[in-house]
Amino acid sequence: MFTFALRRFLIAIPTLLIISLAIFLLLEAAPGDPLGDVPLTVPPDVKEKMRAALGLDSPWFVRYFLWLKQFFWVEPLNLVDYIFGTDYAQGMQRVISFQSRQPVMQIIAQRVPQTLTVVGMSYLIGVSIALPIGIYSAYRQYSWFDQIGTLVSMIGFSVPTFFSGVVLIIVFGVKLQWFPSIYDTMHQVTDWESFLKQVRQMAMPVMVLSLYNAAQISRFMRSSMLDNLNQDYVRTARAKGLTETVVLLVHVLRNSLIPVVTVIALGVPTIFGGAIITEQVFKVNGLGQQLITSIHSNDMPMVMTLTFIFAILIVTFNLIADLLYGILDPRIRYD
Amino acid sequence: MPDGANSVLYVEGLKTVFKVRGGEVHAVNSVSFDLKPGELLGVVGESGSGKSVTMMSLLGLLPSPPAEVREGRVIFDGRDLLQCSPAELRAVRGLGVGFIFQDPMTSLNPVFTVGFQIMEPLRRHLGMNKEAARKRAQELLELVNIPDAAQRLGDYPHQFSGGMRQRVMIAIALACDPKVLIADEPTTALDVTIQAQILELIRELRQKLGMAIVWITHDLGVIAGIADRVIVMYGGQIVEQAPVGELFARPRHPYTRALLQTVPSVLGERAPKLKVIEGQPPMLTATPTACPFRPRCAQAFDRCARENPARRAVGRGHDVACFWDFDSNGPVAAAESAANA
Ligand SMILES: Nc1ncnc2c1ncn2[C@@H]1O[C@H](COP(=O)(O)OP(=O)(O)OP(=O)(O)O)[C@@H](O)[C@H]1O
Ligand code: SF4
Ligand SMILES: [Mg+2]
Repeated sequence: MFTFALRRFLIAIPTLLIISLAIFLLLEAAPGDPLGDVPLTVPPDVKEKMRAALGLDSPWFVRYFLWLKQFFWVEPLNLVDYIFGTDYAQGMQRVISFQSRQPVMQIIAQRVPQTLTVVGMSYLIGVSIALPIGIYSAYRQYSWFDQIGTLVSMIGFSVPTFFSGVVLIIVFGVKLQWFPSIYDTMHQVTDWESFLKQVRQMAMPVMVLSLYNAAQISRFMRSSMLDNLNQDYVRTARAKGLTETVVLLVHVLRNSLIPVVTVIALGVPTIFGGAIITEQVFKVNGLGQQLITSIHSNDMPMVMTLTFIFAILIVTFNLIADLLYGILDPRIRYD
Repeated sequence: MPDGANSVLYVEGLKTVFKVRGGEVHAVNSVSFDLKPGELLGVVGESGSGKSVTMMSLLGLLPSPPAEVREGRVIFDGRDLLQCSPAELRAVRGLGVGFIFQDPMTSLNPVFTVGFQIMEPLRRHLGMNKEAARKRAQELLELVNIPDAAQRLGDYPHQFSGGMRQRVMIAIALACDPKVLIADEPTTALDVTIQAQILELIRELRQKLGMAIVWITHDLGVIAGIADRVIVMYGGQIVEQAPVGELFARPRHPYTRALLQTVPSVLGERAPKLKVIEGQPPMLTATPTACPFRPRCAQAFDRCARENPARRAVGRGHDVACFWDFDSNGPVAAAESAANA
């Protein structure tokens, strides 16, 4: 198991390097100019100087290797300095956003909490309501509970979040005025009052996203349970005189969770990237929204870095999913 | 005919129906039999004859819906199991009656250690703590002749061979020292040498523990080797019942006779070609009103189409559900079969 993990980890490194090159080249090939917004009245030689200041005068591979160095060496050093108060980075050039001229990582660090509270929370809520619903629907297949569950998850599944989000805004934000329709990022939780306000402003985006997540995962849980309920070992467990609760929640569930857990793990990276649209609808300025704005303004270092972080997350959680599979299923041996 | 007194298990008039799309399947029809303490009762019949459904019905192990146990009595420990609540039934399963199933590859839960799976009934029924249950589980693995029992408790089912897994299943079934062991084709999925080892093990365990056994199989060779008494099932009914020697010597039902002819070299000389019983077993969509074996029976005559034969005694502990009398080679008198029914 350990050697498998190590091997997979080592394979992940060249994989990520190739991905980073691919992203870089794609962005390089994409039309658009970071200086496109500079007024035409600016003389060409000044424009050349601005270009040089952004580092755009050197060939693409120089810029690529510079980014690699900054991302894998300078930024970690800065992180160490930030945590331990040291000075290893010694003012080496960091990955700087074209748009704000601020280090990209600083902006990302500011945005991560918004994304995590709203989107991460929705994922947690989605998963924790999906599992019991999936289990019970399978146990009472074709009951009214199961039928309603099927209907609701069909809706959650097929209605895009930008639509359900807008519907919620109209009903609860505009008509009923229960929840604010715009997310206030600057809001600080200091006391009970402000905590309630935070809950209210999170309510709608969390509802939209957790419905979407729960729809998928509950279906998955249900079908996995159904697959296992027909297995011979379930009959054996009943023949031993075990109660239905034990048969269901120990024997069947333990087997059914194996594929579901890996799907849940694989879904984690989408917390960071996949909620782009919902963040946009509710004006939550998290990572997804940042990515959109940066693409619009051709902020290459920002787009490159964000996309690459998503890639790292996807590769990492793939590895985690594989390892979880091996831990949960004793039949799987990685050696 | 079954006899209620001094039986560990007494089944009378059992009827199980499956509700399926477009109707019903009458899988078990008026089945009655009993099981004496320490006895090994063989149950034979071809695929689909209702052997498994009969035994599963006794302890409510069939999924319901679609299954419905419609009539009958199942007397065990002085009470009717068909009248028991689900909780009372669960208390009998595993404690009073143990089960072994056909496929040892799929009958164990793949994600739990065999130790855990053996300890489960011990903890549930006998209230043992972890320590005591572990000790008993090890004894059980030793009892079914699994080497290195202590270490193997921590292994998962996939680390055992098919024969070893069936031994584990036997250990689970016998964990709480049940009075009755129901074995549903426990050796069918195993190859011949392993099959012989399991049969030997069962013989040994019977001697040691003295439980009564119901052994379902379609292998008459196996039955000849271990059973005391045999019931033959066809179309969801018991068509013949006899002590094992009597059955092989004087089969009285055309189906039993045909079945015995399909067994190579059990009776005397080798047939030049293996016999098969022509035709298909019936699918009963209603309570049978004629003999279910009629379409495949060489002896069939007009009465067989009008009535479903009741079981009539033809010797000591020997009865048959057929209108044909092989002693006189003619139909039995209508009055006689009715009187014995
Ligand atoms: N879940 C079910 N739904 C509908 N019919 C069923 C179901 N289970 C069993 N049956 C019917 O019950 C009849 C008896 O089946 P059973 O499994 O008892 O046969 P068997 O004698 O054990 O055969 P085998 O030797 O193949 O195990 C079959 O004809 C089958 O059609
Ligand atoms: S009752 Fe008639 S059809 Fe049925 S087995 Fe006997 S002879 Fe054959
Ligand atoms: Mg069967």
